Amino acid sequence: MVCLFAISGLAQTSGANAAENAAQSAQIAKLEQAVADAKSSGDNAWMLTSSALVLMMTGPGLVLFYGGLVRKKNVLSTMMQSFALMAIVTLLWALISYSLAFAPGNSYIGGLHNVFLRGVGAQPDPDYAATIPLQTFMVFQLMFAIITPALITGAFAERMKFSAMTAFMVLWSLVVYAPMAHMVWGKGGWLNASLGGRFPCLDFAGGTVVHVTSGVSALVCALYLGPRIGYPKQSMPPHSVVLSFIGACLLWVGWFGFNAGSALSAGSLATSAFVATHFGAAAATVGWSAAEWWKRGKPSALGAISGAVAGLVAITPAAGFVSPMSAIAIGLAAGVFCFLMVTKVKSMFRYDDSLDAFGVHGAGGTLGALLTGVFASSAVNPIFKDAQGRTLASGWLEGNAHQLLNQLVGIAIAWGLAIVGTVVILKLVDITIGLRVPEEHEMQGLDLSQHGEEGYYWEPAA
Amino acid sequence: MTKIEAIIQVSKLEAVKDALHEVGVEGMTVFEARGHGRQKGHTEFYRGREYTVDLIPKVKLEIVLADEMVEKVVQAITTAARTGKIGDGKIFLSRIDEAIRIRNDERGESVL
Repeated sequence: MVCLFAISGLAQTSGANAAENAAQSAQIAKLEQAVADAKSSGDNAWMLTSSALVLMMTGPGLVLFYGGLVRKKNVLSTMMQSFALMAIVTLLWALISYSLAFAPGNSYIGGLHNVFLRGVGAQPDPDYAATIPLQTFMVFQLMFAIITPALITGAFAERMKFSAMTAFMVLWSLVVYAPMAHMVWGKGGWLNASLGGRFPCLDFAGGTVVHVTSGVSALVCALYLGPRIGYPKQSMPPHSVVLSFIGACLLWVGWFGFNAGSALSAGSLATSAFVATHFGAAAATVGWSAAEWWKRGKPSALGAISGAVAGLVAITPAAGFVSPMSAIAIGLAAGVFCFLMVTKVKSMFRYDDSLDAFGVHGAGGTLGALLTGVFASSAVNPIFKDAQGRTLASGWLEGNAHQLLNQLVGIAIAWGLAIVGTVVILKLVDITIGLRVPEEHEMQGLDLSQHGEEGYYWEPAA
Repeated sequence: MTKIEAIIQVSKLEAVKDALHEVGVEGMTVFEARGHGRQKGHTEFYRGREYTVDLIPKVKLEIVLADEMVEKVVQAITTAARTGKIGDGKIFLSRIDEAIRIRNDERGESVL
């Protein structure tokens, strides 16, 4: 009897325990959920901010930067090219190009799984970013897809038809940008370093995807279209370095969203990319200015801001992989290198890359992608791991010379795709719409001939 | 001494400057100008509202020369500035009584 009592008492106690345990587990689950929600909110806040910052790089950053560099009869048409892309690429992204870049597909291009943004909602995609809604990831990536073609407009400034420009850019977004983004950042992409690509190319924020593709395509455009009437005999100085100055400063600030946002979270990796970005830009400003001071006797304002942009370009693939000191080394190298590209190489080959899209983005992007393979540090970002989960060396300086080869493969593919894709698209648009405005319109300026407006409307003083 | 006032297309300024240097003109004064002759203007649209711009941007050059230079210079300008279309501009010649260099009160053709 006593025994029976004892057993039933025990049963009662264990029943109470089980209830308590269940309550505790529920409590823990709730706390875990709250922690995850808090992290998600924090990450999402930074990613939405970054998305806005990257859009600001195009408008008004690039809009002002390029707008100031052209002659005043072309200021609006130049600004309008970048601004139009903010709208056109956005619609294209929603219809199909997001899917081609980031939906599951083959090694070269994404599939049609996400056309019309199907399945792109509040649920995160853990392969891309586990703590933010996939929709945030989509809109962040969209801002990259906007600025990349906008950068190309610098090469054919002051002479391309607006209609031809829009047709060219739609095709370019589909044929060059989407596959390149998929190869480097997409699931199963051939060059994807974090999702097991065949040739893991380190490209944190788009050295190859954004700057090499746009810069090299820019060179192809400049060569295909030929120089502006009067170039290089007639001088065509920027009509307002003041506008360009403001634009460049906005680019510098926006670039924090571009690079630190590419951490896709708000943690220490974002900080590391932020710091590298800033130090790279500063070093390149000094590098370009010093080279110019030494060669030409004066450090120009246009030189200083061009140097900053060159540094930001070169640090783009490396940010998030390199230490601040390495960022300074990359920045210095980029500042001097791009100065030589823009001043010496361009005049040597006599192509009219009007606003130096190739000299800064193509050259700086290629240099930066290469140097990323040299300076990448596993202490900053342990991206390569062996089967046991141990961290492997990242860059050449750590003993992984092989990474240079991977970087070269990424660079070569970006160059190849940009050249072939751009030539084919230019040819196509040339025979259908025609690329250049008639000579008369070029003389008159594209603001009037293409848009029927003037940037600086003249009226007699009252 | 003769003053040449040439009103030309903005886009022809570089070519005209080059042509003038070739025939030995060493100095000139250039103005940004607005105007029209028989050339019609163009229309611009701002938020659907149409504006007719009939005062078109032009460039005006003023050069004062010794008389024996004038024909050669007029020839150089017309050749360089001509497109054959309405709006190429005009050249006006007028007599100049005296030229004075401000720096040292020098007078006459040697000032030019």
